[in-house]
Formats: sequence, C-alpha cells, structure tokens
Amino acid sequence: MKRKTLRTLAAAAGVVAALAGAGSALAQAKEQFVPVLVYRTGPYAPNGTPWANGFVDYLKLVNARDGGIGGVKIIWEECETGYATDRGVECYERLKGKGPTGAAAFNPLSTGITFALTDKALVDKIPIVTMGYGRSESADGEAFPYNFPLLGSYWVAADILVQHLGKVNGGLDKLRGKKVALVYHDSPFGREPIPLLQERGKMHGFELTTLPVTHPGVEQKAAWLQIRQSRPDYVLLWGWGVMNAAAIREAVATGFPRDRMYGVWWAGAEPDVTPVGADAKGYHALALQHGAGISKVHQDILKQVHDKGQGTGPKDEVGQVLYTRGMMNAMLVVEGIKRAQDRYGKKPLKGEEVRWGLENLTLTQDKLDALGFAGVMRPVTTVCRDHQGSQWGRVHTWDGAKWNFSSDWYEADMSILRPMIRKTADAYLAEKKLTRRDCAADVAAQGAAAKK
Amino acid sequence: MNAKKLKKNWPVYVLGALLAAGLIAPLATGASAPGFFIEVAIGGLMSGVLYSLVALGFVLIFKASGVFNFAQGAMVLFAALALARMSEVMPLWLAFGLAILIMIVFAWVVERLVLRHLVNQEGVVLLMATLGVTYFLDGFGQTVWGSDVYKIELGLPKEPMILLQDVFDGGVLVGKEDLFAAVIAALLVLCLAVFFQKTPTGRALRAVADDHQAAQSIGIPLNRIWVIVWSVAGVVALVAGMIWGAKLGVQFSLQLVALKALPVVILGGLTSVPGAILGGLIIGVGEKFAEVFLAPVLTSKFDLAGGGIEYWFAYVLALLFLLVRPEGLFGEKHIDRV
Amino acid sequence: MLYRENGQFKTSYAADQQLLPIVQDRFFVWGLVLLAFVAVPLFASDYWFRALIVPFLILSIAAIGLNILVGYCGQISLGHAGFMAVGAYAAYNLVVRVPEVNFLLALVVAGAAAALVGVFFGIPSLRIKGLYLSVATLAAQFFLDWVFIRVKWFTNYSPSGSVSTSPVELFGWVIDAPRDKYWFVLAIVVVMTVAAKNLTRGAIGRSWMAIRDMDVAAEVIGIRPMHAKLTAFAVSAFFAGVAGALWGFVHLGAWEPLAFNVNLSFNLLFMIIIGGMGSILGSFFGAAFIVVLPLLLNQIPEWFGIPLSTAAISHLEFMIFGALIVLFLIAEPHGLARLWAIGKEKLRLWPFPH
Repeated sequence: MKRKTLRTLAAAAGVVAALAGAGSALAQAKEQFVPVLVYRTGPYAPNGTPWANGFVDYLKLVNARDGGIGGVKIIWEECETGYATDRGVECYERLKGKGPTGAAAFNPLSTGITFALTDKALVDKIPIVTMGYGRSESADGEAFPYNFPLLGSYWVAADILVQHLGKVNGGLDKLRGKKVALVYHDSPFGREPIPLLQERGKMHGFELTTLPVTHPGVEQKAAWLQIRQSRPDYVLLWGWGVMNAAAIREAVATGFPRDRMYGVWWAGAEPDVTPVGADAKGYHALALQHGAGISKVHQDILKQVHDKGQGTGPKDEVGQVLYTRGMMNAMLVVEGIKRAQDRYGKKPLKGEEVRWGLENLTLTQDKLDALGFAGVMRPVTTVCRDHQGSQWGRVHTWDGAKWNFSSDWYEADMSILRPMIRKTADAYLAEKKLTRRDCAADVAAQGAAAKK
Repeated sequence: MNAKKLKKNWPVYVLGALLAAGLIAPLATGASAPGFFIEVAIGGLMSGVLYSLVALGFVLIFKASGVFNFAQGAMVLFAALALARMSEVMPLWLAFGLAILIMIVFAWVVERLVLRHLVNQEGVVLLMATLGVTYFLDGFGQTVWGSDVYKIELGLPKEPMILLQDVFDGGVLVGKEDLFAAVIAALLVLCLAVFFQKTPTGRALRAVADDHQAAQSIGIPLNRIWVIVWSVAGVVALVAGMIWGAKLGVQFSLQLVALKALPVVILGGLTSVPGAILGGLIIGVGEKFAEVFLAPVLTSKFDLAGGGIEYWFAYVLALLFLLVRPEGLFGEKHIDRV
Repeated sequence: MLYRENGQFKTSYAADQQLLPIVQDRFFVWGLVLLAFVAVPLFASDYWFRALIVPFLILSIAAIGLNILVGYCGQISLGHAGFMAVGAYAAYNLVVRVPEVNFLLALVVAGAAAALVGVFFGIPSLRIKGLYLSVATLAAQFFLDWVFIRVKWFTNYSPSGSVSTSPVELFGWVIDAPRDKYWFVLAIVVVMTVAAKNLTRGAIGRSWMAIRDMDVAAEVIGIRPMHAKLTAFAVSAFFAGVAGALWGFVHLGAWEPLAFNVNLSFNLLFMIIIGGMGSILGSFFGAAFIVVLPLLLNQIPEWFGIPLSTAAISHLEFMIFGALIVLFLIAEPHGLARLWAIGKEKLRLWPFPH
C-alpha cells in the first residue's frame, strides 16, 4: 500500500477513535436511562399506543417542568414488542445495559413478558414494574424482590369486582345461586383471575363459568352463543386489544344487556367502546383508581409538552383512560428513582438502587396533589413485604360519549388475598429453589449501611 | 363391501365412525334443547358464509394461475382498511368504488413485480412469494392507513332477531348482520357465475384455468388474464373485508380470519367455487357444534383448562375429509404420470 | 488454482466415501469448527450470543429437520413449530418430574416424543399429496398449540399456563453464561449436522429423494413409500424436537404455548426456502438470514440517524422483510446454497475464466 494512502487511513482511524472516545465521554453525562417497551403495531396496538404516549409524555414533562429528577435528565428509548414474549425478551436484553448506569426499571405492559423476565431481572438486578398487571403473587416482596405490581394486579381486580357485584345485589350473601361467566383472553393475563374468582365463588355460592377466547380474540361467536344458552347474570370481560370491542359487539349481536357486563381495567377504555358506538352504552368496567378526564397534571403536560410541539401522540388523547394509566406508570417509576436518590445521591442510579426506591415509596395524598394527581389516585406506600402499595379501585360506566364513575372506592380484601399470595409465592420459590428474603434483616442492614 | 376393500380402507372407516359418533353428542344435547341446536346451526352457517367469501378469493386465483395466494387475508385487510378510512371522508359508495380501483392497481403491481418473474416455479416457491407479499402488505397497510380499530358503517341494525319464540323456549337467534352477509355473498356468487359464463373475459378466464398452454396458443394473453383474476379476487376480498369489518371492526387481526378460510378451501377443493361455498358451510357448522357441544364434554371429562376447540377443529375436519377424498370435495383429481 | 482435486487419489472405499473427500474442504471445515469453538467466544459480546448466535444455532437444527422433510422428501410441512413445542414440553416434563435426569437424555427423549407425534401426523401423507398435505401439518400445529394450553398435566398444573426452567446442568457444569450456552449448543449442532449429512447420503436419504422426485416411479422400483415418508417425518420431527427443547431451556428459559405458534413455522419454512431446499448447508444460511435480518432492520434507522417512531420502524421491517423474500425468490429460487455452489464452481477454475 502506498505511503500516502497509509497515512490518510491512519489519520482517518485516529479521527474516528477520537470521536468514539468523545462519544463515550458524552455517555458519562448525568442522565438516567428508562427503557420503554411498547406495542404500536399488531392486534393490541389500539390499546398499547395511548399507554405509550402517556408514559413518554410524562417523562418529557419531568424533563421540561422539573429539569429531570434531582437535576438528572431522563433519557428513554422505545422498543416495539408487539405483545410477543420473545420480542419482549429481546428488547430487554438490548436495553438493559444502555445509558450511563443501565436501565432504571422495565415496564413490559404484558403479563406474558413479565413471566419471562422475572427470572432474568433477578439475575441482572433491574426492577420490573407491572402496574395493574403481572403476576398476582409478586405482591409478596419477600419472594419477588425485583417485581413491583404497583396498585394491584388481577386478584385485586377480581376481588373488587366481586365486592361491587355484591353491593349492586344488596350484599355478598345475595350472590348465592347467581351465575357469573368469565370471558377471558386465552393467555397468562386472562387466566390470572380464575383462582380468586373460584375462591370467592366457593365463599359466596355463585357459579362461575369460564369461556376462553383465543388470541387475538376477533372470533367470539361460539362463546356468546353459549352465554345466550346458559344465561348468566353477569359477564366479566378479561380482554385486551381488539378482543374487547369484539366482545361488546357480540354481546349486542346476541342480545346480552351491556349493563350486565363488567370489564377489567384493561377492558375499560375508549378504544374498546368507540368502535361499537352507541350500542356500548351502559357497559361497566373497573377503573384502576383513575378514570378519564383532565386534571392538573394533564394540564401541565398540555402546556409544557404539547404546546411546545413535543407531544408524542395526538392532543385529544390526553386525558383518555389508557393515556392516564401510562402517565401514572411513568410517575411511579420517576418517584421510585426520586426516592432512591434520597438514599444514594442525586446522580444516575443503577437498577439495584432504583429497586430500593420502589420498595420504599411513601406517596401521601399531599405529595400526589403537589404532582398534580389530585382526585386521580390514592396514596401508595410500598415496603419490603408488600410491593403492591395500594389495592383500591372503582367502577366506571360508558354513557355513549365518556366514562363516568358509577361507584365508590373499593379496597380489595387482603385477608383473602394474602394467604393466596403467600401460597403461590411459596410454590414459586420451591420450584426455583430460591429462599425467601428476610425483610426484617434486610431493613436493618440497609439502616446500618445508611448510617455509615 | 368385501373383506379386501375393508382391509385396504380401514383407517377411513374408523375415522368415519369417530366422526359419526362425534355428531351424536350434539344431537343428544340438542334433543333436549332443539331451539339452541338450531340456533348454533344457523350461527355456524352464517360464519361459514363469511369464510366462503374469503375462500372464494383463494379459489379464483388458484384456478386461473395455479398460485396458492397466502396473501388473500392481507388483501381482505388492506381492502377493508382502505374502505374504512376513505369512508370517513366521503360517502360509502364512493369509497367502495375507489377501493375497487385500489385493488385493481394492487393486482397489476403484483402481476408485474412478482408473478411475471416467477412463472415456472414450483408451488412451494410461489406460496412463499405470496407470503412475502403478505408481510409487505401488512406493513404497508398499517403505514398508510394506521393500526387503530376502524369502523365501517353499513347502516345495518345490530340487534338480533328472535324467531319462533312460541315454538322453542327462548326463541332462535338470528343476527340481522349475518343475514345481510349471507344475501351479499349469494349475490356475489351470482355475479361471478354470470361473469364467468356469459362474458368473453369470463370465458377466457375459464380457458386459462383449464389449460394455460392451450389458452395461450389460441391467443389469450396470460399476463393480462392474471391481472384480471387478481383484480376480481381483490374485489371479492373487498366485499369480504367490508362484511367482516362491519361485523368485527377493521384492524390488523382481521387478516387472521384467512387462516380460518384455509381449511375451507382445502375441504372444498382448491379449484372449485361451489366447493368453497359448501366447504365454508360445513366448516362453519362443524366448528360451532364442536365448540358449543363437544368442548364442554371434553373439558369435564379430561379436566381441561377450558374449551377453545374451534381453532383446530376446522383443520382436523378438513383433514378427515381429505382422507376420504384426497382432492377435496369437488377438486379435480390430479393424474400422476411416471 | 488452489481448489483442485489434482493429485488426490483414493486407495480405499472408506476414503472415497468420506464426508469431505477434498483436502481443501477438510481444512476449511475444520478451520471453521475451530474458529467457532475458539475464536468466536473471544470476540463476541454477551448480547451477540444471546440475541444472535444461540438462536441462529438452535433454529438451524430445526431448519435442518424441516429441510429433510420438505427439501429431501418433498412433503410440505407448515406445522414444524408444533413439533418443536412437543420437544420442549417433553423435556420440561421429564426434567420437572425426574430432576436428576441427565439433560442429554432429556434431549433424546424430547426428540423421540416429537418423532412419535411427527409420525402420527405424517400418516395422512400416505394418501394426500402436495398443497393439501399442508393442511394436515397445520392441523398438527393448531392442535398441539391447543393441547399444551389445555391439558394441565403438560404445564405441571401451572395456573397461568407458562412454564419456566432453571439453567441446564450437565455433569456439574452449570450452563448459565452466554458463552457456556453457546458452546453447549454448538456441540449439539455439530453432532446433529454430521448425523443429518450422513442420513441424507445414505440409503434412507436416497429413498427420500426418490419419493420427492417421482413417487410413483420410486414405488415401482421397490422403495416403500410408507417407510420413506414416515421415516422422513420421524427424523424431521426428531430434529425439531431437540431444537424445541434447546429453544425453551437454553434460549428462552421460560415460555408459554404461544412461543411456538404458526409464525415460527412460517419462519422455518422461509429459512429453508431462502437457504436452499435439499441442502444441509442451505439450512444454516437460511437460519442466519432470518435471525439476523429483523435485528439489522431494527438498527439501520438508528445508524443513519433517521428519527422514526417505533411503529414506523416495525412496519418498515415488515415491508422490507416481505420485499426481500420476494426479491430472493425471483433472483435465486434455489436459495443461498445454490449461490454458494456456484461460487465453489467458479473457485475451481480460478484464476482462469473457463
């Protein structure tokens, strides 16, 4: 090779190396990386998209309004999972090490992906936040140190529904002899409530029929013909994505009254009812504490993010049910990081450190109001033993144009749930040959370490 | 029936006996609730009509060009999306017309870019090519039209009709939308029959379906015929998409109903239009019966975690039929030359 | 000039019948194997192993299996992911119920179970031919999907339907790190590839190819079609079963029935079509193509700095994937293996033009 070419090549290599060096130096800046697993394509996109928009908008708001968390700016990257477990795992592997200190926390938005990631997160020491979904037994923080089903999971949802049905009938004892049909998505998500519903069925004497609907859930005629035959008093809908609208449509086509249908909080949003139109009027669904509507935090987002042209989705999506849910999810992650910064300092934190923050959340009503969530949420307090933090919910009803709350606050009956959670968690630990954490010892050790 | 024939065909007879036994189960419960039995049968027939609509597209293309068009489902979705989105800004009949134009353009593009270059390849390669077209159409459709759930407003009443309430307890449920779909499908088949029998283009299509080389030798331009066939299949896909979309909402997962139409095509015979229709009815009824009557029996007997038989029952049913008639109900027997 | 058989005389039948008769081939293949075992672990990162190399190796085993059925024996199968599921669940059930069992034995059991199921669903091939057979295999796929969700015994009565496994342990070696997984899977791939190559070179392989080319003529000269077709299904399903067990235990770690759905079957079929039907090497090429392509497509907008939303990237992926499939089929319907064979032919003449 000629001398001149050799020299030019060496110079070019030097420049590239310098740039790479500079790039990596930039990467050491004060930034906290938050991965965002979304699905904006596929059969679950109509519900996944507003959730993702809410999540990212809140992160943008924190950067714009507060200048980041404790001065540390948030950076994020979206990864498309399409609700598929293997793509979710691939996104996890790709994003877990990004950013100066790795990923802060993962929000898979899929119970299936949660199952796949639980073991990996334990090894990689990155928390998984599954607000309103995931494994019900992961509320047991002693068995699942890195899972956080904040605000409750499907057993909480099913419990609240049963309580509401009892109230509507004038007492839980009046449920004796009634028939309840569960139309569920044939996946880990759909199957989760069955143990609790069977338990409650035994307690109060109502008959439970379970009707699975195969993914993606567009064809439901057979299930609804069976419902017409067995004439249940209530139909509980545990669906996601297009399955929900299809279910309501089939209910119309087979003449089942919509006001006897109750959906879980993932089956109670605008994309589920607007395609059906006026026929969906009267359909009830669970509200994961929040409903639809604009509160102070939405106004902040509109002002600081959308008005500046930074909005992730369309403006009229702000305030919708799933948008708010994504937003709340992001808020809980941010608050977890903030709490962790109280202990570890105002710098980019590792997943392990964020975990401590998520485990020690004390979001009082005053704090929530200050953040702009007045009237949207109730206080959340997590401890080592309880990664759920809160188990409240309400019921809202679609009136043809919007969602209106149609019940008071319910709290899930933890006296029934706690033994079930403990039993299932113990089974998990036995299967994985893991030992139960000793919370008392842990907390004491952390206290000692903090004092040093 | 001599012993030799019995010995040769024993698997067929065993399976036939199993099938007959399987039908007795619904009749047994149906006898106690005949109204419900009829209801499920009608529901099954209606579903079957919808499957036949999609299967028609498969059959048309296979008959004329020997290509098993896996992209039919994606075409149904694409056409339905076009119709749904355009009808948001213009009256339905105009959107329908424009959608037909779009499907014709699509047919032309597919012929030009894909089919023309794969003329003499074997069946599997063509199948894979159409799978590739499916993926492309998926991504393209969602990019252009979006991934939300969209409505097609046909202005039909959605409440069901309950007939014969005095004869059967609870009456027999017949969906108005389904009835409308059946009528549309019948009209479509009629139009296609007229098209194929009476018009010169139709006759040319039948000639090409019969024998490519002979048709070419009398001067029928194969490439143009293929564009026409794919366009007709596209229009059929549009009608199917319109009806499915009005019933279920238009979204990405609509194309998965094409996987349900496959056993219909196979059962009826890959080259037969009446086979597609009859096959659709058989599969529709069989599926619903299996789900509503057979599944609870299996669930309780074997302690299964729920039913959901529908998905594979259609395929197993088609498979059993094939064992008796390997070319489908009305398919043409292919002759093996050594 | 370099790649010539000049001067390489064989003096025994064994030498003549060996797998790699040309010395240069032998050097090349041994070099490749050495590179794979020694050099790759030195340079590849953990992410590459987990996301690219291990899935590629496992899927090539499944692709070899499918190639044996479709490429060598001519029976179309659209349900191979179902056989992979059988292997995965068989291995899982054995390991869960008999924890001390050697994992290699579990793999063999997985393959055997899948082979049995494969033979059962291959019986229709005795009567049904061509595209119509695809419905039999699709029936297998959907039925097996259903069975593993519904029959609770298979998932060990797990309420959610998901199963999860602990890391594989073999003679005290815990296979948990990506590098270890890579070596383990690579060893199995080497063994199974040699087995497949020898099978297809032998009498059985020739009977498969005879059935594929002219099944009536094959029957006339005495090849039993039932024997040939069912052995093809059995061997093919065996490979798929082993691949499925590895996929579940080594790659995924925890899975649900949807992990082996019909899309995986289609992907396997794509692999062998693009790689080349009727060619063991083609299975590897095809598997590499299908595994690498989505990851590449995902990263390209980033490299070029074009800001696209994740939805747009996803859709673009689909579009480019479909377009590439069609382009490939138009350009080289016999697949990458044919391109490789053409390359080797040219290499024999090099540097001469003809």
